[in-house]
Order: sequence, then structure tokens, then C-alpha cells
Amino acid sequence: MSGSFGRNPPPLPDSEDQEAEFDTRVLDSDEEEEDEEGEDIFTGARSKPITPTSAPDEGDIFSEEGSYIRRDVHHATNGLHSDEELDLFTEATVELTLTSTTSQGRREITGPTASACNTTHVPNSILKPSVVTKTMEELEEEESGDKFELNIAVTNPEKIGDGMNAYMSYKVSTRTTLPMFPNKMFSVRRRFSDFLGLYEKISAKHSLLGCIIPPPPQKSVVGMTKVKVGKEDSSSAEFVEKRRAALERYLQRVVAHPSLLQDPDVREFLERDELPRAVNTQTLSGPGLLKMINRASDAVNKMTIKMNESDNWFESKLQEVENEEQLLRRLHAAVDSLVNHRKELCINTAVFSKSVAMLGSVEENSALSRALSQLAEVEDKMEQLHQQQTFSDFFILAELLADYVRLLGAVRCCFEQRMKVWQRLQEAQSTLQKKREAEAKLLWANKPEKLQQAKDDINEWESKVSQYERDFERVTCTVRKEVLRFEKERARDFKHYIVKYLESLLHTQHRLVKYWEDFLPEVKAIA
Amino acid sequence: MTSISEDSDKEKVRSVSVDLNNDASLVIDIPDALCERDKVKFTIHIKTTLSSFQKSEFSVPRQHEDFIWLHDTIVETEEYAGLIIPPAPPKPDFEGPREKMHKLGEGESSMTKEEYAKMKQELEAEYLAVFKKTVQVHEVFLQRLSSHPMFRKDRNFQIFLEYDQDLTVRRKNAKEMFGGFFKNMVKSADEVLISGVKEVDEFFEQEKIFLLDYSSKIKDATAKAEKMTRSHKNVADDYNHISGAMNSIAADNNTAFKKTISVCVLQKLEDRVASDQELKLTELLRYYTRDIQAAKDLLYRRARALADYENSNKTLDKARLKGKDIAQAEENQKQCLRKFDKLSESGKKELTSFKARRVVAFRKNLIEMTELEIKHAKNSMSLLQGSIEILNSN
Repeated sequence: MSGSFGRNPPPLPDSEDQEAEFDTRVLDSDEEEEDEEGEDIFTGARSKPITPTSAPDEGDIFSEEGSYIRRDVHHATNGLHSDEELDLFTEATVELTLTSTTSQGRREITGPTASACNTTHVPNSILKPSVVTKTMEELEEEESGDKFELNIAVTNPEKIGDGMNAYMSYKVSTRTTLPMFPNKMFSVRRRFSDFLGLYEKISAKHSLLGCIIPPPPQKSVVGMTKVKVGKEDSSSAEFVEKRRAALERYLQRVVAHPSLLQDPDVREFLERDELPRAVNTQTLSGPGLLKMINRASDAVNKMTIKMNESDNWFESKLQEVENEEQLLRRLHAAVDSLVNHRKELCINTAVFSKSVAMLGSVEENSALSRALSQLAEVEDKMEQLHQQQTFSDFFILAELLADYVRLLGAVRCCFEQRMKVWQRLQEAQSTLQKKREAEAKLLWANKPEKLQQAKDDINEWESKVSQYERDFERVTCTVRKEVLRFEKERARDFKHYIVKYLESLLHTQHRLVKYWEDFLPEVKAIA
Repeated sequence: MTSISEDSDKEKVRSVSVDLNNDASLVIDIPDALCERDKVKFTIHIKTTLSSFQKSEFSVPRQHEDFIWLHDTIVETEEYAGLIIPPAPPKPDFEGPREKMHKLGEGESSMTKEEYAKMKQELEAEYLAVFKKTVQVHEVFLQRLSSHPMFRKDRNFQIFLEYDQDLTVRRKNAKEMFGGFFKNMVKSADEVLISGVKEVDEFFEQEKIFLLDYSSKIKDATAKAEKMTRSHKNVADDYNHISGAMNSIAADNNTAFKKTISVCVLQKLEDRVASDQELKLTELLRYYTRDIQAAKDLLYRRARALADYENSNKTLDKARLKGKDIAQAEENQKQCLRKFDKLSESGKKELTSFKARRVVAFRKNLIEMTELEIKHAKNSMSLLQGSIEILNSN
């Protein structure tokens, strides 16, 4: 890691004002670093615009540092040429832990930064290491201090193939200003199993560290079979739309997580044209069965681990999470019921509308007859309103709740991971204890030849114990941060979606008023 | 045991039928009612200047069955054959709210105290609504009788109003009920008759066609309206559950999350109210379904009379042929003709006024419903806007 400092460092900014600008930015991000808000900026990345002063300046600054470059920014005096980019970023798989204290355990991968330092094409002079160090740190802080934009959309579901081998292919489009991506806009086609495969990969890597991994949408045999068989009715269209929206939300959550965004698998998922088919995601495959067995054994373990919790925060938080999951489930059930009843209301309103129209046609008083047909039309429009409202009910509210029930499950997993790490530490400690006892026995029994072995053993386990202690500390820290980030994100999500839902209700009421106000003169005209 | 007083609701109550109680010589209303288990006791209040009554102002308690008795006796009265007889009020039906109350009691353990209290409140309101409705239909029935020149003079009507003891003795016994059942069977035979009889009068021909068609359509519309209203109520109930669940979450959680949630409780208002408006429409349709039936009944009676007249003609011809009982047959024929003419004359008057009454009632009711829909939708809008602002400002 430190070796990179010895290599050719990126050039310093040429002009005074550019440096000044750079400095202010560091100040800003410094403040934000204090309260561990670093991640938050990335969380906001997908929805908030870039805050830095102005685009070209930003480009200058980054290219000066040599780390973040945009294709369209070519400044002769500045850092690297754009054709270096591809090398830069495809190589960006280096795992680093930077020396600055605040970044401890926060980000495992800072590929681009490191790679930038590895570049050999530097038009300007080599600089003193001390300056470089400062630059590196500032760089890292700056990275967290800026708000970058990354938008993901999942669109255009297309059915590929026929019969039982058919599948839906979705277009995943990314639009970003993040420097670590060479292109600003790109898209790929992915199928559902690709998403599941991504989840498996991320989960394998990050869950052990105590991260909260967003869960993917659930498989649905019934839904997919209908689509495969080719039933072109509204329920299969609804299913596809539901899945598309769920996949989109899933990806958005993944990239909102700062560590996950840096994960090469995620980037590959977003960028690479052809992904190898993820076969491990099939339920009845070898890995699938293995997963089920693991899950079962985990469940048993969970019941047997009784953790000695030194920090009450974890215990109370877990309880909170479990309670909330229950409550959200209940709420989701209520919203589900609402959706169904509203669908019923749609049907009944449509039927009623026709009935009123018939009545109006029979009515002998012409003004009343006209009014009744108008009423039938109003009721028809109401039916459409109800349809739209159902759509909102479902896609805004119900899906949000379903997502969060699953997310809370993921949060629980994260706590469980921590417990597993703790358990490992406990076991190592007890093994160390046993080794010590063995050594003591050997000493007493006076068997020098075995003593060396015993001492080696003790050393080995001592280092393991300290390693595991460090792991546990790190996981504890990560889990805590993750939970805080999750809570913030949840508050924001709920607010956003509930406002959206209320707005949809408002819209419905508004139209309702209009329809009835238009109807009123017709009724008044009855003689 | 519930009782209500309706002073404030008097105006709203008379929504299905209009122009009643305008005549100060006989003013009837039902200011109070008591519900004891299955029986509803109405307190009928009468104010009159007519000399035929002993007192000028008095009250009398009556049960639903008394109303039915009154209706049936009027129907059976020959004199009124040419009139549209106001439809009998339907039996008070508390089954819906009662069942829900039962279910609520069973599910009490699974919900929080606040939620239970709220649902109980909602159910009580529903119960009250059913109660008010039944009082209203009974009241309208009496008012239609009192405002009709013929019915108000009816002896049985007076008994109903004045008899200060229980009317049980005068009510239908089992045998009579059975007779009533037969009558209904005969009526359906009448329907065949009515469509078969050749109509001489253009007016009645038109009326017949119109009423038959309209009757089936309005019955259908009523049924569909009831279904729609029920769905709407389900949606309102769901919003209740949602707000209850959200309250639980809010109680558990902190700040931003909680505020967001608590705002949502306002939403249940929207649907609750909307369903009330639709109830109006349903009520109107229901009432007129019954009224149309009453009009049809008039046509049946007239058709019967016409058939009788034609039969009497045939009998007379036969008698003339045979040469005996001619005088009797002639008398019979004259009577039938008289009856038929009387029916036709009053029938025409009744049906014409019925037309006008129906149109006016529809108009009034639809206007009220529309205005209420608008008002409540606007209310909802301002509530929603307020909530959105609160949320956005946080």
C-alpha cells in the first residue's frame, strides 16, 4: 500500500486558484467527515445533483489529481490522458485500507485512487512524498465530500425465447457523473437470474463484514410461468411491471451503499455486456440446496448462541428491528387488503355505471334521462380514477412496505453475522485456553520435546485470537454504522414515498372534484 | 339500546320524497326511537287540527309490525284500488353492524387499545346510520299517507295514530299472513295478465311499457349501487386498519419516521365520507324501486278490473243468449265498468303525479349527493395538502 507513494505521484495543480478551490472543498468534506456522514453523500448520490462549483472546474481538479477523469474533459496541462482511463478502471480491483483514521473499516476498496497513483504517464515533474501524502488524504476526503450522481433505471422488459425456456430480459441503464465510470451513460441487458447472481456474489463478500445487503426481489414460479407460457393478459403484464420496478429499486439500493458501489461485481453488472449465466441461483441446483442446508444450520445456531452483550445498544436495536418487522408486516397486510378492495370497487363501479346508463335510457323525462347518462359517465371516470389509485396504492405503498420487511430481515442477518464473529472469537479464546493448559501440563510432566509444539500452538492461537478480536471490533463498528445509515435511508425513503402517495391521493381528489362539478349543472337542469 | 333525536336531521331526512308535511292540518314525524334487541320502538308524534282526532297534539309508540299491518290493510281496501299505495317500510336490519361488532369482539386481543376503541366508534356510527335510515323510511311512509287526500281520512290510519294501546290484537295472524303469501302468487299471474290484456287507453299502454321496463332497470341499478357502496365501505375500513397499524409503528419509533406515519391517518376520512355520499344514491334508488312496484301494483289492479269487466261482458252475452239472470248480469257488468272507469281515472291522476314526484326527488337527491361529494373531496384535498406540506417541511 505504502508502495504506491513511492511511485510516480500525480502532479499538483498548476495554478493558484485551482488549488484554493480544491482546499475549500476539503474543508467542507472535513466537517462532514466528523459525524460519519461520509456515506450519506453517496447515499444521496443517486438523487442529488453535484454540488461542486461548476463542471469544468471540477473536471480540472480531478484530472489534476489524476484520479477522476471524464472522457470529455481534455486539459492539456492536466493529469492523465483519457485513453489511460480504461486501464485505470478495469484494474481498479485493489483492496486498500487507507491510513487516515476516519476511513478505518469504512471502505475496503478505493481502487481508482490507488490506481491513479500507479500510473506512469505523468507529464509534469515528480513531487515530494510529503506533498503527495497530503494530496492522497485530501483526495480521499474529497471523494467522500462530494455528491456524485448515479442514476439507474430498469426498463424495456422483453421476452426472449419461447416456451418453458423463455425469460424476460431487462434493460439496465446507468447514467452517472461518477469519475470511476469511464462512460457517462451506458446500458446493458440483464435477466432476473443475473440480479440474483449479483446478490449472491455481494452477499458472500460483504455480509461477513457486517454490511446490510439489500435483498433482491423474490422468485415467483407462478408469475414467471404465466409469462413463459405466453399469456398476454393483464395479470402477467402486472407481474412483469411489478418485477421491473422491484429490480430497479433493488439496484438503486445497492448503488446507494458506498461499499457496494465500489465492488467490482457491481460495476461489472452495470457495465459488462455479457455476463456469464448465474446458475447458482436455481433453487434445485447443487449450490441452491447447499444454501438451504446452510440456512437451516444457521437457524439452529442462532437459537444456541447466547451472546454476552457488552454493548446494550445492539441488544435494544435488534429488539427494535424485530418489533418493527412485525409491525410492518401487519401494515403491509392492511395495505394489501386495501389494494384488493379497491380493485373490487373498480369492478363494481364499472358495473354500476352501465346499470345507470340503462336506467337513463329508459327514463321518459328527457332531462332526467340525460342527467342519468351523465351520471353513468361520471361513474365510469370514477372507475378509472380508482384504477389509478389502486396502482398507486400498490406500487408506492405496498411495495415499499414489502421491501422494508425484507430489508429488516437483512438487518437482522447483519446482527447475526456479528454474533457469528463473536462466537468464532469465543471458540478461539477457549482453544487458546486449552492450549495453555496443555502447555502447563507438559511443563509439569516435563516433556520438553512436545513443549516446543505446544508453544507454537499457543502462539498461533494467540495471533488468531487477536485477529478475531480485531475482526469483532471492526464488525461491531461496521454494523453500527450500517444501522445508522439504514435508519437514515429508511426515514428518507418513507418520507419520499408517503409524500408521493399523498400526492397521488390529492390528484385523485382533485379530479373527483372536477368531475362532480361538471356534473352538477346537468342535474340542476332537470325540470 | 340506542335512542336518537332527530331535530337537526329533519331536513336531511326527507331526501327521497318531497313535499310532505306541508299541510299543517296533519303533521307527523318520528322524533325518537328506541332499539331493544331486535325490536325497534318508534315514537310517533302527531300534531293536527282535524276534528276527527280527539287531541290536537299527541304521541304514540309503534313497532315495525304495526306499520306493516297498516300498509296491508290499506292495500286490501277496495276503495284505494285506484291509488298508488305508498310502499311499506322495510324491516329494520341491523345484521350488518351486529355481525361486525361480533367480529370486532372476537378480534379484540389482536389489536391495540386505541385501534379497538376507534373501530368500536366506527361501528357505533355505522349502527347509528342504519338506525337513522330505518326511522326515516318509516317516517316517510306515514307522511305520504298523511299528505294524500284519500289516505289521511282512512279509518285504520286514524286507529294507527290514535289507539293508545298495543295494536297487537289487530295485527295479522298466521292465517292472514298465509293469505298474503297467496296474494303474491296471484300477483305474478297478474303480470302475465297485464301484458296479455289489450289496452284501449293510450296513456295506460305507455305507462305499462314504461313501468315494466323501468322497474327491472331500477332494481338492477339498486343492486349494483349497493355492491359499489359496500366495496367503498371496505376500502374505508381498510384505511382504518392502516391508520391503526401506522399508529402502532409511530408509537414505537422516533422523529422523522413517526411524523411521516402519523400524517397518514388523515386519509381514512376521505373514503369514509365518500361512502356516505353513495349511500344517498343507493337509498334513492332503493326507495324508488319500491315505489315503482307500488305503481305497477296499481296497473295490475286496473288490469284486473278490465279483465273483470270483459268477463262480465261475456257473462252478460251468455245470459242474454240463455235468457236467464240477465238483470243480474247487467248489474254486474255495470258495476265492473264503474269500477274500471274509477280505477282508470284515479290511476291516471296518480301516475301523472307519480311521474312528477319521481323526477323532482331524483333531481333533489342527485344535487345533494353531488354537492356533498364536492364538499368532501375539497375537504380531503385541503387535508392532504396540509399533510404534504408538513412532511416536506421536515
